[in-house]
Amino acid sequence: MEERIAIIGGGIAGLETASQLSKKGFDVVVLEKKQITGGHVEQWHQVFPDFRDASEVLKNWNQHEISGQIKIGIDITNINKTNGLFQIELRDGEQITANAVVIASGFDLFDAHKKEEYGYGIYDNVITSAELESFFNRKREYLIKSGKTPQRIGIIHCVGSRDEKVGNPYCSKVCCITGVKQAIELKEIYPQAEVFCFYMDLRMFGLNYEDIYKEAQEKYGIQFIRGRLSETSELQDGTVLLKVEDTLAGKPLKLSVDLVVLLVGMVKGSVNNELKKWLGIELDLFGFIKPPDAILQPNVTNVPGVFLAGACSSPKNIGDTVNDARSAVLAVEKYFNHLKG
Amino acid sequence: MAGWGYSLNKDRQIDFDANDRSVYFRVIGLEPSLGKCISCGSCSATCSSAVFTDLDIRKIFVLLSRGELRDLKKHLDDCMLCGKCILVCPRGVNTRNVILTIRKELEY
Amino acid sequence: MEFDLFVLPFSLCLLYLTVYLGITYYRWFKALPENERSKARQYALTSRSLSAIREVFMESLLHRKMFRKNPLLGYMHMSLAFGWFMLIVVGNIESRIASGTHINLPYYPIFFKFFHHQKDSFPLQAGFNFIMDLFLLMVLSGVVLAFIKRSRSRLFSLTRTTNHTMVDRAALFSLWAIFPLRFLAESLTSAQFENGHFFTHNAGLVFSHFLPVSDLMYPAWWAYSTALGVFFLALPYSRYMHIPTEVFLIFLRHYGIKTTRSDNAFSKFEIYSCSSCGVCIDTCQLNAVFEKNPVPPSYFFKKERHNMPDEIALTSCLVCGRCQEACPVGINVNGIRLNARNREEIPGKGGFADFQYRFPKKSKALYFAGCMTQLTPKIKRSMRKIFEMAEVQVYFMDEHETICCGRPMMLSGQYGQAEELIRKNKMIIEESGADLLIVSCPICYKVFVDDYNLNLRILHHTEWINELIMEKKIILNQNDLKTVYHDPCDLARGEDIYKAPRQVLKSFTHLAHNEYDGRQSLCCGGSLGGLKVSFEERKKISEDALDRMKVASSDVLVTSCPLCKKTFDTVSAVPVMDIAELVAQSMKTKKANNKPVKETRLENQLKIY
Repeated sequence: MEERIAIIGGGIAGLETASQLSKKGFDVVVLEKKQITGGHVEQWHQVFPDFRDASEVLKNWNQHEISGQIKIGIDITNINKTNGLFQIELRDGEQITANAVVIASGFDLFDAHKKEEYGYGIYDNVITSAELESFFNRKREYLIKSGKTPQRIGIIHCVGSRDEKVGNPYCSKVCCITGVKQAIELKEIYPQAEVFCFYMDLRMFGLNYEDIYKEAQEKYGIQFIRGRLSETSELQDGTVLLKVEDTLAGKPLKLSVDLVVLLVGMVKGSVNNELKKWLGIELDLFGFIKPPDAILQPNVTNVPGVFLAGACSSPKNIGDTVNDARSAVLAVEKYFNHLKG
Repeated sequence: MAGWGYSLNKDRQIDFDANDRSVYFRVIGLEPSLGKCISCGSCSATCSSAVFTDLDIRKIFVLLSRGELRDLKKHLDDCMLCGKCILVCPRGVNTRNVILTIRKELEY
Repeated sequence: MEFDLFVLPFSLCLLYLTVYLGITYYRWFKALPENERSKARQYALTSRSLSAIREVFMESLLHRKMFRKNPLLGYMHMSLAFGWFMLIVVGNIESRIASGTHINLPYYPIFFKFFHHQKDSFPLQAGFNFIMDLFLLMVLSGVVLAFIKRSRSRLFSLTRTTNHTMVDRAALFSLWAIFPLRFLAESLTSAQFENGHFFTHNAGLVFSHFLPVSDLMYPAWWAYSTALGVFFLALPYSRYMHIPTEVFLIFLRHYGIKTTRSDNAFSKFEIYSCSSCGVCIDTCQLNAVFEKNPVPPSYFFKKERHNMPDEIALTSCLVCGRCQEACPVGINVNGIRLNARNREEIPGKGGFADFQYRFPKKSKALYFAGCMTQLTPKIKRSMRKIFEMAEVQVYFMDEHETICCGRPMMLSGQYGQAEELIRKNKMIIEESGADLLIVSCPICYKVFVDDYNLNLRILHHTEWINELIMEKKIILNQNDLKTVYHDPCDLARGEDIYKAPRQVLKSFTHLAHNEYDGRQSLCCGGSLGGLKVSFEERKKISEDALDRMKVASSDVLVTSCPLCKKTFDTVSAVPVMDIAELVAQSMKTKKANNKPVKETRLENQLKIY
């Protein structure tokens, strides 16, 4: 066969797509901008719903199974489509030719600096969920700046999601379960600490998610308070004062915590605008890549030969992403079958 | 701080059959963004007056929609119109104008 | 005395107009509060009247301010106003000399050429003829321009121009007709009697080639008189009421009378002085939001004159002041708009007086962050750093709880409740014994300066930072940032502060300039004056403003208002920073001071738990 597929992005979507395409006999080249593959999952500690280690999940993709190259540290400067062939230009001058392109460039995390009133980047003990994962992974040395053991931790849902004021009115889908997961993980490290989740809604949409929520309440004693944080302030001892309305009790709630964890949502991949410029693909209102038919053909774009896999088109969890990658592979196969006759 | 007083009426039930919800529909007609409210409570949390009084914006909007109009106006009078609630609302509800509109509608 | 029936339309209507105006202005004047009326009486015979006369000449006749803003429009109005004025004045002198009497009936000078046919019958007749023709030509050039403006307003740099009512149209067409008809009548008369000059006489000669001059002459004078009559009749009910009203406005202003919050009887003079020139229409940023925008004062005042207040004009106005800034008559638009809101709003029964504020505390200097600044903690932190570096001990008045300064309440027209908030805050400020108050929010700053009547120095933080830099109390590292500064409405137009922040930015960044610098600035859209503006509408206004200021070509958008910052943050791709943040992060650290930022004299403050 030897049709060559370029896969932009070496996260789990890219890896799964590459792996499945290889099994079908295609030649693939994976282009990853960082120095390691694995995308966001590589940064995580344990993943829901079964608390498997992220590193276990990543072992699923063995480089040797991929017939082709995985190139890291890549910076794409241009992509041209001429006569059905894609010419990808890299910053070091190298040119890569492909018969089709699968965009698996994923998402970025919401920059919590934009929610200035939450104190991220201003107060010491306000961190994001990603930074918490780094701590779990031993890649971050401390949780509380002063080194003290946290007595109270507040986890804030919907940071940068469902928020018109930062331009992201959509729901990022996976942050709620992430919050519950991290609450449990925190309790396992600090069983004496009180952990609070401040939410607007609890979106436990997936298999076993509701069970995890129940376990969080029952086994771990995590407390769920329905109220959206309006602002924080820092007290003399470094603790953070939360201003929140306990909507279920119907009263304002004052709570000072040792640590605030912001569950930051998913935003469009930073490369999407450039991809649009180079390839002419369509983006939706929020910058995610838009397939013409998101329900029945979610992996096909308006440009023949350009396909989508993973969270570059919308927020997804790992299971969704893997499925989506496989679905993209089918779409690629169908495309080439069609070309041949 | 005192809670809401229901001293005369012992029935706790919100009676949708009996309650006058026309005020709510008039307010929504004049300020449609109220329809978007998800009662997240950001407005109440940030409210400047809430520190000093019983003013609870979210609760007022909910009670209005249920037709529970007792005491609404009294609490709304504590609003300083500072506008912080508009800045924090994630749905873009024009909370300040809802308050002004409820005040006007309840006056009649 | 010479007389003809045709002078009747002119004379009777002039009489009607004079009586109507006399009664109206008398009633309006009587409606002013006593202390204002006494001002008028006190100053009537002083030099203030002379300066008023001077302004009437410069503005009502020569339209100097309008000329500066829009030369073509200015010339158009000037030629009509000044030209007509000179025709009347010179005409009166001419007719007195010609008739030899001091007293003429009003119609005589107007229809002088009809009654006086002889050539060389009085001294300087040729000279007078020349001057009259010259001014007639000038007025006609204005009429032509006015006609063109109606159909091709873009030539006048106006994208939109005012709409007219029926009476306005009657007044407009009769006004346009007056001078062409005068021209026709005088030319035809000159064709017969040769009493014209370079303009009317030559025109008459041309007409005599193809028109029955002697038959048309008399009807032409009738037409001229009728046009004048119709104009006089329509004037008081049309936008042209501004012509006489403006004169009274200028005099009363010079006597120190103005529209205030407690009295708006004077606003009658202001509203009727609006000539509907339409210069304000293009300035209104709500044009980006409404197809037919009823908010600009040109329309708003029209509705007020007819006692039919427009809901949108009342509630959607951002009270940004751009229209007021552009108004050639200098009408206090914002004041009148807020008074109208006060009239329409239901006053609430505020209980702010019994707010238990917990920390009145003694301090030489106070810092009032403001309600909005609670949502922009970077500004607070930056100010703390700067206070540290400058070694100024401040009491952070509203660190834990804020009593709103009162201006947002005022913007909604609820003056009484705003007064209560002011009284409460004023008490706290005065009890502190401070002699310096530094404010981060321009909205608060404006109300502190205008309405609090405080006996201490009040500075917006940009002014204070500028002082610190000039006094070398803080030194800033240079950087390569391309900055663009957005002037908040309440700071630039509200309190004339736009030089200080620019001086600060120029001293350590590369500050860009655009046509919206200073008092011309655009509103961010976040305005608390815009009571009924929706979130989507505000976004449009913000995006439009960012576009116009060409923010995309800068590295940072700098502003000095927490509300502007938060509003632009929602839509701007370029980072938005307050000037305090930029300054704080660029300060050269002093070698001796190793104190961490948090630990300040503020540690003495009580905690609320």
